[in-house]
Amino acid sequence: MELKEIQDLIRFVAKSGVSEVELESKGFKIVIKTGNSQEIIRVAEPTVIHAQVPVASAPAPVAATPAAPAAPISAAPVADDSSKYVTIKSPMIGTFYRSSGPGKPLFVNVGDEITAGKAVCIIEAMKLFNEIESEISGTIVKVLVNDATPVEYDQPLFLVEPK
Amino acid sequence: MFKKILIANRGEIALRVIRTCREMGIKTVAVYSTADKESLHVKFADEAVCIGPPPSKDSYLNMQRILSAAEITNADAIHPGYGFLSENAKFSKLCQEHGIKFIGASPEMIEGMGDKSNAKDTMKKAGVPTIPGSDGLLTDIDEAIKVAKAMKYPVILKATAGGGGKGMRIVWKEEELLEMWDSARQEAGAAFGNDAMYMEKYIQEPRHIEIQIVGDQFGKACHLSERDCSIQRRHQKLLEETPSPFMTPELRDAMGDAAVKAALAVQYEGVGTVEFLVDKDRNFYFMEMNTRIQVEHPITEEVIDYDLIREQILVAAGIPISGKNYYPNLHAIECRINAEDPYNNFRPCPGKITNLHIPGGHGVRVDSHVYAGYTIPPNYDSMIAKLITIAQTREEAIAKMYRALSEFVIEGVKTTIPFHLKLMQNEDFKAGNYTTKFLETFDY
Repeated sequence: MELKEIQDLIRFVAKSGVSEVELESKGFKIVIKTGNSQEIIRVAEPTVIHAQVPVASAPAPVAATPAAPAAPISAAPVADDSSKYVTIKSPMIGTFYRSSGPGKPLFVNVGDEITAGKAVCIIEAMKLFNEIESEISGTIVKVLVNDATPVEYDQPLFLVEPK
Repeated sequence: MFKKILIANRGEIALRVIRTCREMGIKTVAVYSTADKESLHVKFADEAVCIGPPPSKDSYLNMQRILSAAEITNADAIHPGYGFLSENAKFSKLCQEHGIKFIGASPEMIEGMGDKSNAKDTMKKAGVPTIPGSDGLLTDIDEAIKVAKAMKYPVILKATAGGGGKGMRIVWKEEELLEMWDSARQEAGAAFGNDAMYMEKYIQEPRHIEIQIVGDQFGKACHLSERDCSIQRRHQKLLEETPSPFMTPELRDAMGDAAVKAALAVQYEGVGTVEFLVDKDRNFYFMEMNTRIQVEHPITEEVIDYDLIREQILVAAGIPISGKNYYPNLHAIECRINAEDPYNNFRPCPGKITNLHIPGGHGVRVDSHVYAGYTIPPNYDSMIAKLITIAQTREEAIAKMYRALSEFVIEGVKTTIPFHLKLMQNEDFKAGNYTTKFLETFDY
């Protein structure tokens, strides 16, 4: 099996959400296990390759092919039991800030209770600072973007457990 | 030279620009609406930024969002493609104000050429032949009657803020003028908020022949010969070819000179196209100037062996042109393949492409952003591919086009391929005998 084919297979398995894939053909056998953000790939014959690919990551290791997927700024898929959580997504493009200025207190922290209308962050674009307000009430479970990072439209910013 | 260019567009033209940027070693940023998440231009660019929901006004037409995307990716130039914001003076100005090079015309140039009556005046002053008509805007119906009498009927009333055929009325005799005057002004007022009119001689059965020009930042301009775009349905081009079957070397020189004069008169920077109407006696008249790259640019590229997007970028980066004119060495035809049903009034047919085979072989070029498994979103225009054939003679180019069309497989959506196949077999088309009226009587 070619390296490119192995890479494609890993990508496919990661995307599919399946927990274990075993593939056997003439001269080789490959086992891919996903689970707890670790993928272990074993290929028998001609050489054994151990590759660890985190499941919840942006697609593809760096491939030399010109058609390598772009590395969009969009965030990674959410963790496993996110079905009860709601994501606050970015309504605009710009730079995400967790406070209104350096040294100023953060708008929200993990564990904070928020009500609809509460400012959760600032997104700065073209020298204008826009306070982003939450549309839902609940508890902040996770902050998905680092301070002072660029964000794009619809990018998940916060994971909230709704009230 | 620019380090990073943001392409403010989508579909095949976005891919087109990304390709040239790659060849030039320039990094690319794609912007996309959520409807275009699986689009090829997003996958091929070095970086991609989602800029909004599907509606164009919230994404590809949204200046703030596009500029924000340029800001966060540190792009130093924006290529607007065609359509969308490519001829938007406000956007050109905003880019200027934010220190990002707009790879297109200056705001003044866009404004000058966008106002049709204004553009005509500028051309007249530059010595470019214009369609005989009123001296600027018509003040009232009495002036309209006077001007029409002097020019002789038929005449056409046109809205100065107009486009896409709106606010236009053809008048065949004086008795109809008052009614047409009122109805044209009403339509223009409703569509553009401006009911100012001017009048022109109505050229019957004209050919639409345009000249490609390039101007640099140092006052030089040149032309790259013509494209015949007479085959149109409701003012939308369906097929283009170069050289024009109606062209003669003398006419090409005359039209080329006029186009260069037009470019110099406005100190044009970038690539642009001067559109002319040509009557049956080979008199040509300035119609309008497009201050952007055109959809049909590939046919010029193929007969002259010149990458127009590359030229756009070089000129925008301040590199001078030679000033030499270029003439076609070969013959090229382009068919615009749209996801439309030609047997149902060209109704758009968005949907999933289940099977795709792109024609190949000597003298065949396909510019397309679609792939097997791609779903054409319903929110944008229906053009899915441009099929271009190049050959030594027009007959061979037509035969090649017919062959390539027969080989082109697009399943899952209806396309205009059957229409183009019929066109290639039409005797008048094969004889080069067509004007802008051709499609009205074409039986396919």
